[in-house]
Amino acid sequence: MDRFAFLFATGLARGAVFALFALSLVLIWRAARIINFAQGAMALVATYLAFAVTGLTGSYLAGLVAGILGGAAIGFVVERGVMRRASHASPLTGVIIAIGLVMVLQSLLGILAGSAYRPMPAPFDQSPIFFAGVPLLSPYDLFVLVVALGVMGLLAVLFTRTSLGLQLRASAFAPEVSQMLGVRVNRMVTIGWMLSAAVAALAAMLLIPTELGLNPHSTDVLFVYAFTVAVVGGLDSPVGALLGGLVVGVLMTVVTGYLGSTIAPIGVLVLLLIVLLVRPGGVFSLREARTA
Amino acid sequence: MTSTVLRRRTLFPGLRGTRRVLVVAAALTVLALAGTFLLDPFRNFQLATAAAYFCATAGLTLLIGMSGQLSLGHAALMATGGYGYALTANALTEAGVTGVPRFLVALVVAVVTATLVGFLLGLAAARLRGPYLAGLTLAVVVAVPAIATVWSGVLRGDQGVQTAYDPVPAGLDRLIALEQWQAWVAILVTAVVVTLLALVRRGSLGLRMRAVRDDETAARLNGVPAARVKVTAFTLSAAGAGAGGAVLCFVTQSVSPGAYTLAFSLLLVVAVVIGGLGSIGGAAIGSVVVVMLPWLVGAGTAALDLPADLEQRLAGNLSVLVFGALLIVVMLVAPGGLAALRRRRPAPLPTSQPHPQQTPER
Repeated sequence: MDRFAFLFATGLARGAVFALFALSLVLIWRAARIINFAQGAMALVATYLAFAVTGLTGSYLAGLVAGILGGAAIGFVVERGVMRRASHASPLTGVIIAIGLVMVLQSLLGILAGSAYRPMPAPFDQSPIFFAGVPLLSPYDLFVLVVALGVMGLLAVLFTRTSLGLQLRASAFAPEVSQMLGVRVNRMVTIGWMLSAAVAALAAMLLIPTELGLNPHSTDVLFVYAFTVAVVGGLDSPVGALLGGLVVGVLMTVVTGYLGSTIAPIGVLVLLLIVLLVRPGGVFSLREARTA
Repeated sequence: MTSTVLRRRTLFPGLRGTRRVLVVAAALTVLALAGTFLLDPFRNFQLATAAAYFCATAGLTLLIGMSGQLSLGHAALMATGGYGYALTANALTEAGVTGVPRFLVALVVAVVTATLVGFLLGLAAARLRGPYLAGLTLAVVVAVPAIATVWSGVLRGDQGVQTAYDPVPAGLDRLIALEQWQAWVAILVTAVVVTLLALVRRGSLGLRMRAVRDDETAARLNGVPAARVKVTAFTLSAAGAGAGGAVLCFVTQSVSPGAYTLAFSLLLVVAVVIGGLGSIGGAAIGSVVVVMLPWLVGAGTAALDLPADLEQRLAGNLSVLVFGALLIVVMLVAPGGLAALRRRRPAPLPTSQPHPQQTPER
C-alpha cells in the first residue's frame, strides 16, 4: 500500500508534466489545426539553451527563464519561417514538414552537442518526504506539480479572462469572421505557436532532470506520451489534456512500478488503440472536432 | 497531378493497360538483373537493400499518395515481416528444409503476418484522420523494442533473431558471388510486389482510393465504401512492408528491434516524399537516395580529414540533417517530389499535338 501511494503521488507529478506538454499540443491544434510532431524537438532545443545558460550563470532560475523565452522564439521562427509557407491543400503537408523539422533539429543538436547523455541536476532534493510514515512526493516532484498546475491555471485565465485570449480563441474557431472584425488572425496564430512552444519547453525542462536525461532524443518518449494524452483527452479540450495527463501519468508510473519500464510503451499503445477505436475524436471532444 | 503510367509513353508506345505494366515491369527487372553484373559486391549489397526498401516505399506511396493516410509506423510492419521470415526460416532449418523452398515459405509467412497486422491497424486507421493515424502508427513503432523485450523468449529482445544464410544455388555459384545472388532475389521479390501494387494503383481500386483521398464525403455519396477502401490500402501497403522486411532479413541474415527504429520509419516517409507522393517511380528513386545518401555523406566527411570527434558527430547526423531539410524543402517548393520535376520538363510547345491521354485525374 505504501508503494502504491508513493507511485500514485509520483505519477501525479509526472502526469502533470504530460498534461502540460499535451496542453501545448492542444494550443497549436486550436490555433493552426496542426499536430506539431516537432514539438518535442523544439522543446529540446530550448532545454539545451537552458542547460547552457544554467552552466554559464550557475542559476537554475536563469536557465529556466532562458529556456521558456527560447522556446517562444523557436515557436516564432518555425511558424513564420516554415509553417506559414506550407500549402494547406492537404492536412498531411504540415505533419510531414514537422517530421522534417524533427530530423533537422535533432541532428543539429547531435552535431553541436554530441549524442552523449548529459546530467542535468534538479534544483531540489529528490528523496521523498514522508507523510504519516508513508513516503510520497519528493520536494522536486512537489515543485513540478505546483509549477505545472500553476501554468495551466495562468493559461486558463489568459484564454477566458483577457482580451488577448478572446482574440486567440476567436481566430482559432472562426478565422474569416475574426479577420473582418479586426482581429489580426495571422498574428494570433504566431502568438499561439509561441505560447505553445514555450509551454512545451517548460514541460521538457521539468521532466528531463529526473526522468529522461538530456540527449538529442530525450523528448521522443515525452512526445509520444503527451500525444496519447492529447488524443485521450480530445485534441480540442484543455480540460481533457489536464485530466488525460494525470490519468496517463499515474497509469504509466504504476505500471512501470509493478511490471517494469519495458511494458509502459505497450500500455500507451493499448490505451491509444482503445480510445481511438471507441471514440476516434477523444473522450472530451466536441462533436465538430470529429470532422475537423 | 497526372497519371504517370499514361505519361511515360516514350517506352513501348504501343502498349496499354495491364499488359503495358507487365511488360515495363519485366523489362526493368531484366535490366536490373543485368545491372548486377556491373556492380562490385558492396554495390550489389546496397542494391539489394534499396530493393527491400522499395517494397516498403511502394506500399507506403500507395497508402500516403493514393489514399491520403500517413503512416509513421511502417518500420514496425517491416519488422513484423522480418521476424516472421526469421522465425519461419529457423523453424524450417530445424526441420531440415533448406534452399529455395525455405526462402519461399518464410517469405509467404512474413507477408501474411505483416498483412494481418496491417489489416488490424487498418481497421483502426479507417476511422482516423491524418494526424490521429500518424500518432497511432508512431506509438506502434515506439512500442517495437518493448514488444521484442516482453516476448524475448521468442523474439530474443534487443539482440534480435539470426538466421542461417542461403548460399548461392549449385550451378550458379561459379558464375556469381553471394551478394549478387542476394541482389537477384531482392530484385525478383521486389519486382513481383511492386508490379502487383502498380496494377492496383492503376486499377479501379486505385481510382476509388483517390476519390476517398480527395473528398471522402463525395466518394461515399457516389457509393464508394470509403472505410473498406482505406482498410484495403493499409493492408496492401503492409503486405509490401512485410515483403521488404523479409528481403532485408534475407540479405542481412538478422532482424532486431534496433534496425526498425522510429528514425528508420521516418526515412521511409522521406523516401516516399522526396521521390514524389503517389508515384511508384518516385518511390524507387527515394529508396535509392535513402540508401546512397548516408554512404555518400560518410565518404565525403571521411575525405575531408576532420578531427575524430567532429567526424563522429557528423557520421550519424549529417545525413539525417540533409534528409530533414530535403523533406521540408520538397514539401514547401515541389510537393510532387523528384518524379514531378522530370514530368514537368517537357512543357507543351505551341506546335506540338496535345496527348489525348493527358487528362487530369481530378
